[in-house]
Amino acid sequence: MKKQSVAKPIVSALVVALIFVLAWLAEKTNGSSSMLVTVLKKGAVYALIAVSMNLLNGFTGLFSLGQAGFMLVGAYTYAIFTIPLAKRVAVYQYYAGGCVGVELNFVVALILAGVVAALFAALIGFPVLRLKSDYLAIATLGFAEIIRAIVQWDSLGPVTNGSNLLKTYPTFNSIMPKDMSVLFPFIVAGVCIALILLLINSTYGRAFKAIRDDEIAAEAMGVNLFHHKQMAFVISSFFAGVGGALLAMYQGSLQANAFKSSMTYEILLIVVIGGMGSVSGSVIASFLFIACSEWWLRFLDNTTFIGDFQIPLLGSGFRMVVFSVVIMVVVLFFRRGLMGDRELWELRCAPRRANKGVKA
Amino acid sequence: MFDKILPYLLAGVSVGGQYALIAVGYTMVYGILRLINFAHGDIFTAAGFFMVYLVAAMPLAVSVPLVIILTVALGFTVERVAYKPLRSAPRMSIMISAIGASYLLQNLMWYVTGGLAKQYPVLPWLSDTVSLGAASTKVVTLVTPVLTVALVIGLVMLIKRTKIGMAMRAVSRDFETSQLMGIKINSVISMTFIIGSALAAVGSMLYFTNYSTVTPTVGAMPGLKAFVAAVFGGIGSIPGAVIGAFIIGICENLIKGAGYTAFSDAFTFALLIAILLFKPNGLFGEKLSEKV
Amino acid sequence: MKKVFALVVALVLVLSFTTVAMAEDTVKIGVFEPSSGDNGAGGRQEVLGIEYANKLKPTVEIGGKTYNVELVVVDNQSASDKAVTAAQSLVSDGVSIVLGSYGSGVSMAGGDVFAAAGIPAIGISCTNPNVTLLCDYYWRICFLDPFQGSVMANFAAEKGCKKAYVLTMLGEDYGNGLGYYFTDAFQKLGGEVVSETFPEGTSDFSAYLNNAVKAGCDVIFAPSATTYASLIIDQAAAQNISFPLMAGDTWENSVILDAAKGKNIDVYVSTFFAEDESNAAAVEFVSGFKAWLNENSDKLTNNGGNDIVAAVSVLGYDAYNVALAALEAAGSVDPADIAAALPSVTYNGITGSIAFDENGDAKKDMAYIKKADGDAGAFVFEKTQSVAELEK
Repeated sequence: MKKQSVAKPIVSALVVALIFVLAWLAEKTNGSSSMLVTVLKKGAVYALIAVSMNLLNGFTGLFSLGQAGFMLVGAYTYAIFTIPLAKRVAVYQYYAGGCVGVELNFVVALILAGVVAALFAALIGFPVLRLKSDYLAIATLGFAEIIRAIVQWDSLGPVTNGSNLLKTYPTFNSIMPKDMSVLFPFIVAGVCIALILLLINSTYGRAFKAIRDDEIAAEAMGVNLFHHKQMAFVISSFFAGVGGALLAMYQGSLQANAFKSSMTYEILLIVVIGGMGSVSGSVIASFLFIACSEWWLRFLDNTTFIGDFQIPLLGSGFRMVVFSVVIMVVVLFFRRGLMGDRELWELRCAPRRANKGVKA
Repeated sequence: MFDKILPYLLAGVSVGGQYALIAVGYTMVYGILRLINFAHGDIFTAAGFFMVYLVAAMPLAVSVPLVIILTVALGFTVERVAYKPLRSAPRMSIMISAIGASYLLQNLMWYVTGGLAKQYPVLPWLSDTVSLGAASTKVVTLVTPVLTVALVIGLVMLIKRTKIGMAMRAVSRDFETSQLMGIKINSVISMTFIIGSALAAVGSMLYFTNYSTVTPTVGAMPGLKAFVAAVFGGIGSIPGAVIGAFIIGICENLIKGAGYTAFSDAFTFALLIAILLFKPNGLFGEKLSEKV
Repeated sequence: MKKVFALVVALVLVLSFTTVAMAEDTVKIGVFEPSSGDNGAGGRQEVLGIEYANKLKPTVEIGGKTYNVELVVVDNQSASDKAVTAAQSLVSDGVSIVLGSYGSGVSMAGGDVFAAAGIPAIGISCTNPNVTLLCDYYWRICFLDPFQGSVMANFAAEKGCKKAYVLTMLGEDYGNGLGYYFTDAFQKLGGEVVSETFPEGTSDFSAYLNNAVKAGCDVIFAPSATTYASLIIDQAAAQNISFPLMAGDTWENSVILDAAKGKNIDVYVSTFFAEDESNAAAVEFVSGFKAWLNENSDKLTNNGGNDIVAAVSVLGYDAYNVALAALEAAGSVDPADIAAALPSVTYNGITGSIAFDENGDAKKDMAYIKKADGDAGAFVFEKTQSVAELEK
């Protein structure tokens, strides 16, 4: 037993290092603009966002649909504070260069993005966390829409550029050395996911799971319901905010319009595919989801001819139809998703543990 | 003063009536299954597309009933495929399935239409323009509230007087017990979806005659607003949903009239949150302790 | 079953050989356009112009060698977030140069991807100044919003309008930009402006139109995607709005003609091109393009079901030829060489001569104002307006 606890961190560190090296090699050999690297970058960003949503929906049992709203807050915070001062006149073309006269380092801005999103969550969580299941879902969805309306409001234009595009802020390509851009989302998402894992395995994490499994029992055991729900909500939103900022960096341009409820639904479906309550499931599902929707299934969108014979059904939009059918199949027939509520590293250990249980 | 407000009121009453016809579908399904049927807005949109394609192929007198039949069939299928297998699953699973069904319907409509907006056919008489003092509008604006109220009264009679209506009330009161009493749960639930879809089909005809462009995502916003109307009126209560829908329709137009156009959608959600926090049973909802 | 399998294998082999054969001496031109979403109708027309040009000139001489031109078309879905991945897929396909897009927001979003990959892009009908200003790899062959906005403002003032109602969509860079420059110019001409925005997905415009009437406006300027345009026109007619509706280049689309059909409403648009009898190249293009459309029902559907020549199709045609000129000037298919050659490329197109200024914008100084005649199913030429006339 003791041996294992020494070996485990070393093994996981090696695995993580291997993943980083592979990602770096992928970029080195394929170039920054190849589809593989694109999928890796976006997949890493989505992995963080999906894990942050899983923390709430899968681990704490709070069905929140506000993720897009918190991502929006994070993304805008990041962009507003990192656009180079010299370029603001052009970006804020209708608002005389805007009124925010500070330019922060991108690392500071990333953290700030999370903090601001968390602040919003603390404010919103206070009233809505008293609601349960679908009422909570619809209320958080509503708040996300309200946030979007406020950001797009013309009177806030000097800060948010109204509903117009924000760009020229630092992106993965501009802050990393050549052929290393994929490492940035991997590092940030990796650190954040590691922090979430630590949280889940702490006393707080166990309290979260207790709330998910049975609220009344948890309360009887002395878990302060509201306090813990609020904590899960704020922490999840912090990482959603950082994730939103990463998404903005990935895209290179940013517009509030993209952060619609359909974005939340997409992330929710990733969480479901990966398995509610499994961090590694969410991570794997994110990469699969992005790779399928952006890359592997793209051929379905092109009308294809074999000689003179046109393959039926293929055409613009068919990819998303196939994709959503697959998702429905997962939702209906494989409700536990890829991983259920277990983690990748528990898979091998699981039978051994079961044996021990029998012996005892 | 009244002259100035009249056009907004007209538009509000009209759009409120259309929301009401969608909201009834939400409130009935929620009353029985405790499920927010996210796909309902997309069924409403699909009814619009059915009309676009059918009118191109056959006369109006055939296509109107056919649109209703097809929409009902779609609503029925969605329930059977996406919700029935999950009857005993946790509520979160059913809701996720509802979101998935909505996602699938939207993508399917996007594929079929090539992602382009379609022009809704002009329905005779309903699309004509009438003048009302200072305001001028389409006939459908005036027909909508009348037709809505008539349909809803009919529906309330159905629920109060008929056997299937009694079964619906029983199921919404206590799912398990009514099953034990020999009520065929599945046929009651199917009936709920059939009625809801039929009303959505009628609503879509009125809505798109007024706002004549159909796109795959056009139903999402009216759908959400209709849901808010259902919550506002007290979920499970049909008259509540109708009144809630009219209030939302009118408020929304007055807010636009006051110049806060960017917030007309946000207002609906703010109203929802306020209701959930301060009067979770809505205007006419029955007190059920486990609801919220 | 085995036979079928063998046949499939054989077919796949033949196919793969043909693609290998094609891979030699082929230069890829990316077409970055919306074919779905709010701007899908216009984007398809722009692609048609490019495809027609490609049919007329399927090859290009580069450095003494003849290359086949292959068009790689992607759909950016009229959304700035979808545009990023659409642009990525063009880049990973190895295109040498990109054409498009219809709509400024998607062009700005895609611009970063092209810039990061070092691939030059030629904007066709994206009129927002920031497309080229904030991206070193974007050039453009049409006029800009500040110009177009003041053209329409002048036209409105000439019509005797005193108070304008400017209606744009939240989050649409094209409409917001054009609305802003219209407002600016109209106020300088002594007019008053009331501005409002509507959220994406709006169907009910009656309250907005009521606001315009209530405020005492006598013209509506509503640059927006065609999806919303038809709703606005339809509802304006239902509310008996007697003053004219005006908009920018997006409204020059058969969707508008359908919406205005049988309705008592005046719609004016500014655009890039008018069928002019005296311009021999234009006459030839129009007749050739119409014949090409009528030959193929798919193309005709993409054009909106009729053979009306949209200005964006003509621009698409010119853009393709500018791209070929750039390839010839560069003498190479390397994007970096093309980007270096582009600033000095000049081309005498159907929509006027094209030469780029220091921002990468074509020095276009002419806009055409047309009136929608729904019953005749055509846009009727109203007048031209040039920069020189505006400065007077």
